[in-house]
Amino acid sequence: MSMPYYVAPEQVMKDRAEYAQKGIARGRALIAVVYNEGILMVAENPSRTLHKISEIYDRVAFAGVGKYNEFDQLRVAGIRHADTKGYSYSRDDVDARSLANVYAQYLGQVFTQEMKPLEVEILVAELGPTPELNRLYHIAYDGTVADEQRFTVLGGEASAIAQRALDSFQSDWTLSEALESSIHSLTGGERPLGMEDLEVGVLNSKYGRRAFHRVEGDELRALLGEFAL
Amino acid sequence: MSFYLFRAGEDPGPNFAELLRRVQLPVEIPVNQNIGDVRHGTTIAALRYQGGVVMAGDRRATEGNIIAHRSIEKVFPADRFSAVAIAGAAGPAIEMVRLFQTQLEHYEKVEGLTLSLEGKANQLSQMVRTHLPMAMQGLGVVPLFAGWDDRRDLGRIFTYDITGGRYEETEFAATGSGGRDARTTIKLGYRDGLARDTAVSLAVEALFQAAEEDSATGGPDPIRGIYPIVATVDSTGFRMVSESEVGDLFAAILERRSSLYRRGELS
Repeated sequence: MSMPYYVAPEQVMKDRAEYAQKGIARGRALIAVVYNEGILMVAENPSRTLHKISEIYDRVAFAGVGKYNEFDQLRVAGIRHADTKGYSYSRDDVDARSLANVYAQYLGQVFTQEMKPLEVEILVAELGPTPELNRLYHIAYDGTVADEQRFTVLGGEASAIAQRALDSFQSDWTLSEALESSIHSLTGGERPLGMEDLEVGVLNSKYGRRAFHRVEGDELRALLGEFAL
Repeated sequence: MSFYLFRAGEDPGPNFAELLRRVQLPVEIPVNQNIGDVRHGTTIAALRYQGGVVMAGDRRATEGNIIAHRSIEKVFPADRFSAVAIAGAAGPAIEMVRLFQTQLEHYEKVEGLTLSLEGKANQLSQMVRTHLPMAMQGLGVVPLFAGWDDRRDLGRIFTYDITGGRYEETEFAATGSGGRDARTTIKLGYRDGLARDTAVSLAVEALFQAAEEDSATGGPDPIRGIYPIVATVDSTGFRMVSESEVGDLFAAILERRSSLYRRGELS
């Protein structure tokens, strides 16, 4: 019987982390920021149908970067978690923190136990009853959770983008201002990003019980026009 | 806690009821004996008008010959563009509505698309059919479904029987213990292409007439300010008709009828 080669656990973890980071860095980044009426999520995404940003529940949204099939599976699992929870308890009992923990647990488990880690970074955003209670849970490929209250960046070049976002962040800006600044943070002003390269979603209680809203078409054109002029 | 991932061939997809079965959350309660009187909801009605559908239901629940509840709701939004109303055993009916609402929203979120109106109607049909064993023991649920079909640009109404049979009605429908009286009233006042306001008052009149003839149907209750629930669905979506509008329509009916009595033209 042959003995398996011994590989130090540090090395295994390091290799897996590198593998996941490489996969994530290949994709385009995504930024989420709070603004005066809610939470804005902006992704570079040339596809109109393969979404990176989507609705999970009444006041909870999901965003993912990295490998599409992997984060989309997580998105569907998130909807299942929220809908079964809301159905067996009540709509008020569905919250982002518990979902973020479930995601973290799963990603952590895959990272340590499976051959291949998931090449994804995800965001669970929750619109709070008051702006101070808005939550952005950023979950990394290894299950690390970070709880942000102002903005968060997922994907390749995250640190450079986050630095730009930090420099320009204003707590009470409008949707248009937040969008302009987010696009600038994503590109660093080095390349233009048009309507066809952007996927934009917001959580805003003015849309009723289901606060998630996709900003697209004429609405997005109008918003982009406001600061292009 | 619940995190559901499935292998490719075992995935329930966007079907919420199927997901509940896979994860073994109970959907139906098995009943093996007659469980006596349970709460029943009664009269519900729907009719088409130019550019939409109106749906209405009274507020009474009965347990045998007892009035069990005076302000139960029987008309619900199924999603943004459709409405569902229920008659029959109130407990399972309300649960069915909750499951139906979750199912439509679940599909929409998972698929990123809304179901067609016909798809929604068929989903409800499956739920009623699943419920058949309970219906056989006296706990039948008979819903009415109506909504705006944005692919055909018209309001449509669907009725059901306890086996899940689904039938489309082109003009109007009513069911429940006072359904016959409601249907007759609508039939007498119905014209193609009614205006929204006329259709709403016709629905209110139908419930009034049903309440006059059927003891299980609740009439307007101005003392407590409880009026039937009336809702419309058009190209802009589901909307409840305000309580004050319904209250005014009932006041007008009462006024008209009592003046007829005073003049001896009605007995």
